[in-house]
Amino acid sequence: MKKLTLPLSKEQILSLRAGDCVELSGVIYTARDCAHRRFMECLERGEPLPFDPKGAFLYFAGPCPAPEGKACGSCGPTTSARMNAFAPTILKLGLGGFIGKGEMSMETRAALRECGAVYFAAIGGAGAFYGDHVEEMTLVAYPDLMSEAVYRMKVKDFPLVVAHDAHGGTVYE
Amino acid sequence: MRIIDTQEISDAVYRMAKRAGLNLTESCRAALKKAADKETGAAKFALDTILENETIARRETMPVCQDTGMAVVLMELGQDVHLVGMPLSEAVDDGVRRAYRGFRKSICDPLTRENTGDNTPAHLHVEIVSGESVKLTFLPKGFGSENMSRLFMLTPAEGRAGIIDAIVTTVKEAGSRPCPPVYVGVGIGGCFDSCAYLAKKALTREVGVFHPRDDVAAIEREALEKINALGIGPQGFRGETTALGVSCEVAPTHIAGLPVAVNIQCHCIRCEKETL
Repeated sequence: MKKLTLPLSKEQILSLRAGDCVELSGVIYTARDCAHRRFMECLERGEPLPFDPKGAFLYFAGPCPAPEGKACGSCGPTTSARMNAFAPTILKLGLGGFIGKGEMSMETRAALRECGAVYFAAIGGAGAFYGDHVEEMTLVAYPDLMSEAVYRMKVKDFPLVVAHDAHGGTVYE
Repeated sequence: MRIIDTQEISDAVYRMAKRAGLNLTESCRAALKKAADKETGAAKFALDTILENETIARRETMPVCQDTGMAVVLMELGQDVHLVGMPLSEAVDDGVRRAYRGFRKSICDPLTRENTGDNTPAHLHVEIVSGESVKLTFLPKGFGSENMSRLFMLTPAEGRAGIIDAIVTTVKEAGSRPCPPVYVGVGIGGCFDSCAYLAKKALTREVGVFHPRDDVAAIEREALEKINALGIGPQGFRGETTALGVSCEVAPTHIAGLPVAVNIQCHCIRCEKETL
């Protein structure tokens, strides 16, 4: 099991191969369907995104409310394929990559390769596991979206599988 | 005749929703354990994480999956029961509202996408049956898997082979997206809408239990074998376990048709039952 700490250097990203199992720690940002639509509206208006995209990792997820004494509630990944429509545009802003579940499109995979970015699969349905590994969580934008809002999360040892690597490799074939 | 206050139904819905959010069904857990013994590599890693997740969920009192779902309530209402108190659908929603305070609220307007804020309305389905009891089933339905579900209006000529092909094709096209290993609910017969309901109802059967009709059970076994031969595997990481089971429900249909509905459930099977 490879241990990785964010931010990742280009060399670190390029060294990852589809099928590698890793434990990732550091700061990530949540965003799912509605947040992505708002990101696109931001870009159309020529405004900056509510987080610095350089080297950032987006986690396709919407958490449960945090129980008493915890930073975050259950928070596993959602289906990444729904974000295909936005992924190439977002990647071109310099993202390190994505965390989600399930295969992404050929267009997204091509963009990952062009941008030297990586897509990690978290284990879908393991919400309590991931939520329990979130050490800090703060709201960044769009509170009206509730669980779909953008949150900054400091995570510890997230178990992930390199699903689409920066060389066109994939774990799904 | 028996009088039941709908407050009792509301309280039962509340209890079932709370339990369902925090626990997998026994048969689901057993099937996942069996699958974990068979897999290797990333697929094994996925199943081990899923099993450890349930231990953490119980220890920390956290929902097993953050998608605590759309609240699906199936009710068998005895016709000798007289309900008093708040209207039935309001009572069910009230139970859901209270239970979901600690869960994710996932229900929104389909066009504006504005969240209803309390996970209501529930999807309530009532069947009137004989007797004076009320049987309730609570199924929190996640949408990663619901999105991959399909309805086929087959012709009678397509028959048994067409049914199996519809089931296997649905799972194949869903691929890694619905959180495999999946549980596959299938409705065969009825009409456009009742067929889809049968598929949902099929998901409330315990994993590993086959249909009492031999010809239907044979379809379940053959479809399961073909699905697992696809090699999609846990989370799509390739492997032997793409589905934990196939469960079919049948109903008479029209001489001109053969509706088949395939409702996909992820590996996180949560289903609670109570009888009042």
